[in-house]
Amino acid sequence: MPRTRDYPGARSANTYSDNMNHHILSVLVQNRPGVLARVSGLFARRGYNIFSLAVAPAEVEGRSRITIVVDLDSAPLEQVTKQLFKLIDVIKISELDPALSVERELLIGTIKADGGQRSEVASLVDIFEGKIIAVGDEVITVSLDGHPNKLDDFEDLLDGYGIVELQRTGRVALPKLDRTARLRAVN
Amino acid sequence: MTDPATTERITGAQALIRSLEYENVDIMFGYPGGCILPAYDPLMDSPIRHVLVRHEQGAGHAAEGYAHVSGKPGVAMVTSGPAATNLVTPLMDAYMDSIPMVAITGQVPTAAIGSDAFQECDTVGITRSCTKHNELVMSADEIPMAIRQAFHIATTGRPGPTLVDVPKDALTDMMDWHWPTDDEVLAALPGYRPNTKGHPRMIKEAAKLILASERPIVYAGGGILKARAAEALRELVELIDAHVVTTLMARGAFPDEHPNCLGMPGMHGNATAVTAMQQSDLLITLGARFDDRITGKVDAFAPEAKIIHVDIDPAEQGKVRKPDVPIVGDAKYVITEIVREIKELLQGGTRQADISAWKSKVSGWQEQFPLTYEPSEPGSALKPQFCIEQLNELAPPGTIVTSGVGQHQMYTSQYWKFDEPYTWVNSGGLGTMGFSLPAAIGAKAAKPDRTVWAVDGDGCFQMTATELVTATLENLPIKVALLNNSFLGMVRQWQEMFYDERYSSVFLDSANVPNFVMMAESMGCVGILVESPEEVAPAIEKANSINDRTVVVEFRTDAAEGVFPMVPAGASNTDLILHPTQQDRAEALKPAAAPVDTKLKDGH
Repeated sequence: MPRTRDYPGARSANTYSDNMNHHILSVLVQNRPGVLARVSGLFARRGYNIFSLAVAPAEVEGRSRITIVVDLDSAPLEQVTKQLFKLIDVIKISELDPALSVERELLIGTIKADGGQRSEVASLVDIFEGKIIAVGDEVITVSLDGHPNKLDDFEDLLDGYGIVELQRTGRVALPKLDRTARLRAVN
Repeated sequence: MTDPATTERITGAQALIRSLEYENVDIMFGYPGGCILPAYDPLMDSPIRHVLVRHEQGAGHAAEGYAHVSGKPGVAMVTSGPAATNLVTPLMDAYMDSIPMVAITGQVPTAAIGSDAFQECDTVGITRSCTKHNELVMSADEIPMAIRQAFHIATTGRPGPTLVDVPKDALTDMMDWHWPTDDEVLAALPGYRPNTKGHPRMIKEAAKLILASERPIVYAGGGILKARAAEALRELVELIDAHVVTTLMARGAFPDEHPNCLGMPGMHGNATAVTAMQQSDLLITLGARFDDRITGKVDAFAPEAKIIHVDIDPAEQGKVRKPDVPIVGDAKYVITEIVREIKELLQGGTRQADISAWKSKVSGWQEQFPLTYEPSEPGSALKPQFCIEQLNELAPPGTIVTSGVGQHQMYTSQYWKFDEPYTWVNSGGLGTMGFSLPAAIGAKAAKPDRTVWAVDGDGCFQMTATELVTATLENLPIKVALLNNSFLGMVRQWQEMFYDERYSSVFLDSANVPNFVMMAESMGCVGILVESPEEVAPAIEKANSINDRTVVVEFRTDAAEGVFPMVPAGASNTDLILHPTQQDRAEALKPAAAPVDTKLKDGH
């Protein structure tokens, strides 16, 4: 049964694809104790909601990159970006336009798959080019990485079989390479 | 760098105190305790003066008062746990009013952090949202860099409070002394590069707008004082001959006696300042932030005004009101550049628009709507405004006045004629009751030769009065003007106006308890009670003549007196409530009727 029937209206709030107010911020920070608390605390203090957040060390030692998806109109977004930039540990903020960036996310989920359902789920995983990570008597654990929209679709379809547990990483994103950069890469 | 022959091995505590000396700290305010104990030992051998307060909140506010009048960062040092939490209010106060301040707190030893040890609290967590930056130092080696960064961050860009949390073992461990260079500090702060120079194109744009404006108002905020830009402001104002309003945080930034000064705008601003802003066609906003106490209802604020917004903090641009010309930069630098640009335009033949009609309109309001109160009836309680006027009149030149929060604060801002910058210290953004007395102690410590009057209410005074002991024992003789109306006056006024005169929990009964004169005397001060108008001046003169002791003058004032004018919370500035004696003239402040307006627009 699709989850949207259980939670009316939940789909637009819980998925990426339908919500035009989602903005992606890529924030380069000094990797120091408490930096995540500073960033997330600022959102809380100013009354803004973080939709998803991914953080890991960046390419330069001592720096981390935080990818934040926020659910905001553009006017408050400008304000939150400015406030964010006031944090001493924040080095750079880029707002990534989805049309001009590459985005990826990873999903792992444990799905009910007893009897005949198992092959159906397995074939779904196959269609989406995902992986089966573990198989139990009545459940299987699957993984899929890709564009968040693709993960949304996959999650919706899995929901019909019964999701036991599911975890997504939150998206990470980088700007798309422009033409000159691509040429250089080819050479 | 680590050549053993030249390296000096000292304790973290010694490094801390030496770092403060290297930052030119001459005085600090504090209170010792368990975890900060090691730092208090080398302090005994340091030229830095330590003022021992009676409550950590007092240390914080004293540091703020010091910073306000001296322009140097105020320093407060306290121990961990409850001491750190007692410092939260001053930190937030300093954050809201952009006051440079460095707080040093003790912390439990690194090995005990997170274990709910005695007097442990998550100081950096608690103060994260009330400091510009804070840092938990994890070893003795890190102390000099942490202190240098704290001072650098507190004093540059938009100033604010910083905090360094130092665990006890970081203070007792040995380290190789090394004072970081400027380059090392900058390299450690790759994300912190405040922009002080305004954008040249925006500055040009601002100059053009100013010359084209027919109804300009200079809206000067506390940033003028932070940027030491009072002279530049005056040059700009006199060049374009516009009127200036000085916000609560900017009182003194422009002399009240100057013909172009309109005084304070906002919720309790005078009618002319409020209305001139409201009907202006150009607000030249300099180091101000469109606070809700200034704008009233934002949607209805200065509807016809274009906005030039000069602020060093990019986040202030467009936070409340979208500027037509945003300029991120240091107020002094930007104003000077705007002045240069205007002069160039004038030399190039551009002519300033005629502002004479507007100026005479504003002058008309000034004549019709001066700040006013009715003198007290014989035998009844004093009028607080009268007390402030007398204090002001009899104050020696250069007197610094501090205030708490409430009616007495508004009366002081309204009726004190400020003629020089850095003579007014108050808690604007946070509205911290009890600020006045400890801030006055800090101000006196910064300027021992000046007379410092702490104006206070009976509510505020009872929050921090214990610091009178500090004033006495540390030989920082201040003067307290205690306006005692037995009520939480401002709250009472709101209950009178908006809650059908239902006075809930606002009667303090402070004409009976405590006995303020005895209280003052018990803390080594001179106490004087004033009840009738003819006693006011002699009591003030007596207080002014006593320079070796703190004096508390208690004025028994009228509880029924309200602060006017007033823009009710959430109302438009066009709906300000005038003093009852002026209310019949209110029409004169209303914007021109719609048809006239249209005609004006057609004419453009």
